[in-house]
Amino acid sequence: MIEVKNLCKSYGDYKAVIDVSFSAAKGDIVGFLGPNGAGKTTTIRMLSTYLPPTSGTATVAGYDVIAQADEVRRRIGYLPENPPLYGEMTVREYLKFVGEIKGVARAQLASRIDEVLERCFIKDVRNKLCQHLSRGYRQRVGLAQAIIHHPQVIILDEPTSGLDPRQIIEIRQLIKSLGQDHTVLLSTHILPEVSMVCNKVVIISRGRVVMESRLSDLTRDKSLEQVFLESVSHDEVVDAAACVNQGA
Amino acid sequence: MRNIIAICKRELLSFFVSPIAYFVITGFTLLVGFFFFNYFSLFLRMYQMSAYLSMRGMPLPNLNQTIIEGVYQTMIVILVFLVPLLTMRIVAEDKRRGTFELLLTSPVSVFEIVMGKFLSLAVIIFAMLSISFIFPLLLIVYGAPEVPPILSGFVGVLLCTLGFASIGMAVSSFTENQIVAGVSSMVTLLLLYVIQAPAESLDGTVADVLRYLSPVDQVQDFVRGVVTLKATVYFVSMITLGLFLSQRALDALRWR
Ligand SMILES: Nc1ncnc2c1ncn2[C@@H]1O[C@H](COP(=O)(O)OP(=O)(O)OP(=O)(O)O)[C@@H](O)[C@H]1O
Ligand SMILES: [Mg+2]
Repeated sequence: MIEVKNLCKSYGDYKAVIDVSFSAAKGDIVGFLGPNGAGKTTTIRMLSTYLPPTSGTATVAGYDVIAQADEVRRRIGYLPENPPLYGEMTVREYLKFVGEIKGVARAQLASRIDEVLERCFIKDVRNKLCQHLSRGYRQRVGLAQAIIHHPQVIILDEPTSGLDPRQIIEIRQLIKSLGQDHTVLLSTHILPEVSMVCNKVVIISRGRVVMESRLSDLTRDKSLEQVFLESVSHDEVVDAAACVNQGA
Repeated sequence: MRNIIAICKRELLSFFVSPIAYFVITGFTLLVGFFFFNYFSLFLRMYQMSAYLSMRGMPLPNLNQTIIEGVYQTMIVILVFLVPLLTMRIVAEDKRRGTFELLLTSPVSVFEIVMGKFLSLAVIIFAMLSISFIFPLLLIVYGAPEVPPILSGFVGVLLCTLGFASIGMAVSSFTENQIVAGVSSMVTLLLLYVIQAPAESLDGTVADVLRYLSPVDQVQDFVRGVVTLKATVYFVSMITLGLFLSQRALDALRWR
């Protein structure tokens, strides 16, 4: 479902993503883990066709993100780092708009909206203006927007940031349930989140993939924490330790 | 087509919840009303003096020439300043608040984004000009002007405003700062408006080209009731150029 090969991205002289390769099969929930500034958002933006790679290739849902970008766009749901809400629209109006531009059939639109309102626990704010939502609710509307069209691949950039502990648990359950019929790639810097939600982990540090593994292979002999701390470089241990200690 | 309409509807919703559109439409109507009554009293004054004018062999005042031409030409000046207020946020705001990331990662083409946004501007502009059409309508109801030039003049002003809007949208596509977009489009449109000024002291082809580039003469054709190919081509080119530049600006963003 997701195939990334030698992906690189430079901002001017600065190399933000270097030679990143990993893959995700259908039904996988991949945790994309790394300290701040590691290049998670940059990689995710390339996979979601927002930014073109400097070099390397990536296919999402079987289509090349450069040559067949439109096919990819039809098949992905994407929650950017900052939920892309239109403040002056109500939650319902917003979801209707997103459904339209994502190509949800007219006849199904109303029922799709009701379904995601339910699934993302935002039913009671459906008539509120997006600009009046709290951070956590904005995040959930962003998530609803990403799944409204039943995409094959769901890409979430820090889906649980800004949520309170109870919401985090609810959203994690939601993401887990999505894994049944979608492929999910989610970025996070919270380690326990990966072991709770994902079945695969890709660790990125300073723009490079330092580890890619199934969670089941990992926890057999070493804990995720140990592996993570070993795989990030020394001067990042402080950052990395923060990742380990965070989370609900 | 569905995407264009979805984007257009969304933009219209933004227009109607933000105060800017109301302020611009109200301001435009007030200003046009003010100038209308100004030109109207000028006409009355001239009419009262018509016996004197005809005695000295001067032409009698003409309702169309005095009021309609005056009002339509003044509209263009007002629009140079007001259209940028409508267009400044049209793309810049999307870029600033990150909703652009949503649009660009959705299965909509840059062309559809540009056309949807432009269509919403066209709807607002048509509404705004239609409201101000009350004043020429008063003349038709209570006076006896020539009606065809009033209608063709309206079309001319509409085309010119759409041209302004498309330029404004192009400017908005190049920045994420609304104020920068607004000021730059105002300067651009003002420059376009006065571009024939140097033609007074020049002659030859340069002067002709500068005169052609200014919307003043082109609108004048329509206001006089002569829908010329030259003026139509001028406005259609201006609209196309703005749309093309917007498209280029957004294309570059998609493949930065
Ligand atoms: N538009 C840009 N121009 C220049 N440098 C950038 C740009 N975007 C990101 N970077 C740099 O690229 C690096 C990777 O950034 P990125 O946003 O991908 O990190 P991240 O892993 O998502 O971090 P975080 O956990 O803080 O979200 C950072 O050093 C950042 O400063
Ligand atoms: Mg990030």
